[in-house]
Amino acid sequence: MRKTKGIAVVTGILALTTLTQCFTEKQNEGQRLYEANCQSCHMEDGSGLRNLIPPIASADYLQKHREELPCLIRHGLEGPILVNGQEYDRPMSGLETMRTDKITNLLNYIQTNFGNNNERYTLQEVDQLLESCPPHQH
Amino acid sequence: MSNRNKFHFKKSIITAAIALSAGFFYSCSESGARNQSLPILGEREAVEREVNGQLEVDTLYHQVPDFAFVNQDSQRVTQETVSGKIYVTDFFFTSCPSICPKMKSQMLRVYEEFKGNPDVLLLSHSIDPQHDTVAVLKDYADRLGVQSNTWHFLTGEKDSIYDIASKYLVAVQEDGDAAGGGFTHGGHFILVDEQRRIRGVYDGTEEASVDQLLQDIPVLLNEQQHAQN
Repeated sequence: MRKTKGIAVVTGILALTTLTQCFTEKQNEGQRLYEANCQSCHMEDGSGLRNLIPPIASADYLQKHREELPCLIRHGLEGPILVNGQEYDRPMSGLETMRTDKITNLLNYIQTNFGNNNERYTLQEVDQLLESCPPHQH
Repeated sequence: MSNRNKFHFKKSIITAAIALSAGFFYSCSESGARNQSLPILGEREAVEREVNGQLEVDTLYHQVPDFAFVNQDSQRVTQETVSGKIYVTDFFFTSCPSICPKMKSQMLRVYEEFKGNPDVLLLSHSIDPQHDTVAVLKDYADRLGVQSNTWHFLTGEKDSIYDIASKYLVAVQEDGDAAGGGFTHGGHFILVDEQRRIRGVYDGTEEASVDQLLQDIPVLLNEQQHAQN
């Protein structure tokens, strides 16, 4: 009886650790995606580059254009934009093939790091916002 | 009381140690700056010649050939522009989505440090001169906040640019790969002396490597000054 209890406890701890690991992995996914896709232009600290590349850090754009961001990640953007009162006008390439869950993780990482403390997205919300901009047929 | 004495003793030893090591450090860095010299890079050639019946050997160092490009202000930039100056050069393109922003953020450090010194120039060549016209380069330089005429953003004949890149020992190539923006190129910063010889190669995407460049520029300036006197 005692032995069974012991095994149960061990199994429980193992399961919990695995689960936590999974979540941590998922949490880090946003960061990994940022590093792989965004960092070379927007920099490690999200500061951007002078008046060429807009900052991610403490950028009002993230709140003002919250609902457009999923499509912006998918298709990129072209033409002038205003970030913290400064005009920027460089094209950004999109991540056409990135899945909805990854876009969600990436956006949540951006919205809650680099001095940003903005509302997170749910998967459903991003899914809905992406409906207006289906992936291009290649 | 004895404890207190012990403490004092310890403290004085530590102070002495710090003073001593600081002294060492100072003397090292001082003599270092004076004696330090930068290597001359690239292939060299031994040329024999006869002087009064005696055979003498001269070493010919790799030298960057004459060039002619146009900068962001539509001014011609040639070997005359860099004559009597040292310069740092790199290769980039304005629509580059990969390493260029990082390179430019690091080149800005060099610019900020030496923009007041007319003897130190920066030459950034576009490897996409078709797209990077004078107007595009002007906008790029303005947005980087570059006002001084010590940093030239260059465009010109594509073949000439690719050719001179190889003379700076930098690999550039058009590859048509969309992810890299259509071009591959080394992220190097090259330090060139008054005689257009290569004196240092740095990784323009690595802060530590650019730290080294910032230390090497004064060493080269110092050497040139001594050569003049």
